[in-house]
Amino acid sequence: MQHSKTQDTLVGFFVASGIAALFYMALQVSNLGSYTGDDSYTVIAHFQNSGGLKVKSPVSVAGVRIGRVSAIRLDKESHESIVEMRIESQYNNLPSDSGVSIYTAGLLGEQYVSLDPGSSDEYLKDKSTIDITSSAIVLEEMIGKFMLNKAEGK
Amino acid sequence: MFQFLQNLGKTTRSSFAKLGRASFFLSHTLTGISDVVPRPNLLIKQVYSVGVLSFLIITISGLFVGMVLGLQGFNILSDFGAEESLGVMVAASLVRELGPVVSALLFAGRAGSALTAEIGLMKATEQLSGMEMMAVDPIKRIISPRFLAGFLSMPLLAALFSAIGIMGGHLVGVGMLGVDDGAFWAQMQASIDFQEDIINGVIKSVVFGFVVSWIALFEGYDAIPTSEGVSRATTRTVVNSAFSVLALDFILTALMFGDI
Amino acid sequence: MANSASPEDNIVSISNLSFSRGPRKIFDAVSLEIQRGKVTAIMGPSGTGKTTLLKLIGGQLAPDRGQIHVDGQNVHRLKTRELYELRKRMGMLFQSGALLTDMSVYDNVAFPMREHTHLPESMIRTLVLMKLHAVGLRGARHLMPNELSGGMARRVALARAIALDPLMIMYDEPFTGQDPISKGALVHLIKSLNTTLGLTSIIVSHDVQETAAIADYIYVLSGGKIIGQGTPQELQQSDSEWVQQFMHGDADGPVHFHYSAPDYLDDLLASK
Repeated sequence: MQHSKTQDTLVGFFVASGIAALFYMALQVSNLGSYTGDDSYTVIAHFQNSGGLKVKSPVSVAGVRIGRVSAIRLDKESHESIVEMRIESQYNNLPSDSGVSIYTAGLLGEQYVSLDPGSSDEYLKDKSTIDITSSAIVLEEMIGKFMLNKAEGK
Repeated sequence: MFQFLQNLGKTTRSSFAKLGRASFFLSHTLTGISDVVPRPNLLIKQVYSVGVLSFLIITISGLFVGMVLGLQGFNILSDFGAEESLGVMVAASLVRELGPVVSALLFAGRAGSALTAEIGLMKATEQLSGMEMMAVDPIKRIISPRFLAGFLSMPLLAALFSAIGIMGGHLVGVGMLGVDDGAFWAQMQASIDFQEDIINGVIKSVVFGFVVSWIALFEGYDAIPTSEGVSRATTRTVVNSAFSVLALDFILTALMFGDI
Repeated sequence: MANSASPEDNIVSISNLSFSRGPRKIFDAVSLEIQRGKVTAIMGPSGTGKTTLLKLIGGQLAPDRGQIHVDGQNVHRLKTRELYELRKRMGMLFQSGALLTDMSVYDNVAFPMREHTHLPESMIRTLVLMKLHAVGLRGARHLMPNELSGGMARRVALARAIALDPLMIMYDEPFTGQDPISKGALVHLIKSLNTTLGLTSIIVSHDVQETAAIADYIYVLSGGKIIGQGTPQELQQSDSEWVQQFMHGDADGPVHFHYSAPDYLDDLLASK
């Protein structure tokens, strides 16, 4: 069986483009391109209610993503939600009196943590805790309150 | 009633017999793969006819599916003011579901039916028998390289389908409907997880490639060696592949993403 | 008589072979011997399982009862690998030729050599051209199987069957559907290959004239049994009516022209 060179070339082209597509998906489409790896430090925040926040939800400052939520668990005594965040180590100058809030991207979008930088000269370090937190806005609660106000105001 | 039970029993018996033959066929094919490795020329030829010849249909379909997703997704998401999530929607549906599933269905229609017809005709024209009499094992020489080629090509085709589909969604969403380019990619990257989404999608397509190649080659090998038998086998390949792919997709999705 | 020859002279010996397909008995305790170096023909009307017999000899089918020895080995007791080794010494010419349709004539003939030997390509080329020359198709080496006529395809298949210099060749209906010139060419080829290469040939056929012209010994099969055997001359003078009808191609005789049916007149007059 003679194997033609065009055939070899086309097979080569096919395999190369298939692998390129896999790389494209890994780097451009998924979070692998912005994977933080070990170059990060952890900060902790206590929220009364972390709402629909999930592991891997983004953490951002002024709309720029600086890290991800790495763990969410319940404090068994205070019944608060403990949220651990991994912040990329290049952002090592966040003031220690910064505050964090949980917001929703768009009306139905994902929830994310927004960090509001404070003015302290000290910076957040690995395992430091953020004290100023505002909880997630739960849509049902908001609608409930709104309805109640309407009814009372009448 | 008695007749019905009798028929049911007969069908059950013949299905089990067929399943047994198919399993034996598969194990024979898999052992033959070790003989393919030292002869890459056999494999290259089959990757050409299985993969390269499916390239065009896969990329064009991927482009259109992505464009339609962009259009429909935009219409729905803009009602909620969440157009920025278009990238997530397009990418998630392609990478998790449509990429592996639709490319496997197209693969069954394009390459699977061709494989069945080819093997069936080789059987009908005594080529397989002739090979046996020349002391060449037709399963190892003919089936195994084709199986390996199908199995290897499927994930590549699915990845191409998804990648081009995402570009198509971007073309429509960002290029034509005015979704913000940065938000399109940023939201996508924030929500699509490499391990959970991309790797699982690849695993799905590997499983589908395995199953579709198996069905196509077995139906050809098991076909009644007449022109009618071969044409029936070709139909069975497409129908059985579609069933298996969709059913397996549900099972795999439940295992990967669901909590069942 | 072939039967009285010593066992070493028989390349194939079949004893007490029975084989059935579903409820239909194809062979019922058939015994026959095929002598080394001779052209032996197995004849009989269509549907008597002549092709099945070749597949049994080649080990592609297993008998219900009885034994088949080829070159001293019991075919159905062999392990797969030993069977494959044995098959390298058997050539088989299929009715359709069974050429691999995705390869040229040259590659088809080279196929068994490439699969089973590690000969360099230059040596294979020489051998392929020799085999193709022997069947008179050296000039057709670049053609694809679908460009060949039926007779040419069979000759290419013959070149392929002798590619590994086998001990014996089995011909499955070599003359069926051939024009007179192709038939003549094949008759000539089978005979000359048999003598020049020292082969043993087994021909399965129902073409009486062509087969009788080259066969040294003929077995006539019908209804799962051997109903006549001998040299072509002996069979021509056979006193069996059936053999007479077969050898001369008479329309009526022991095998009736009419399929068994109720009385003609009764059938016509019967109301629906």
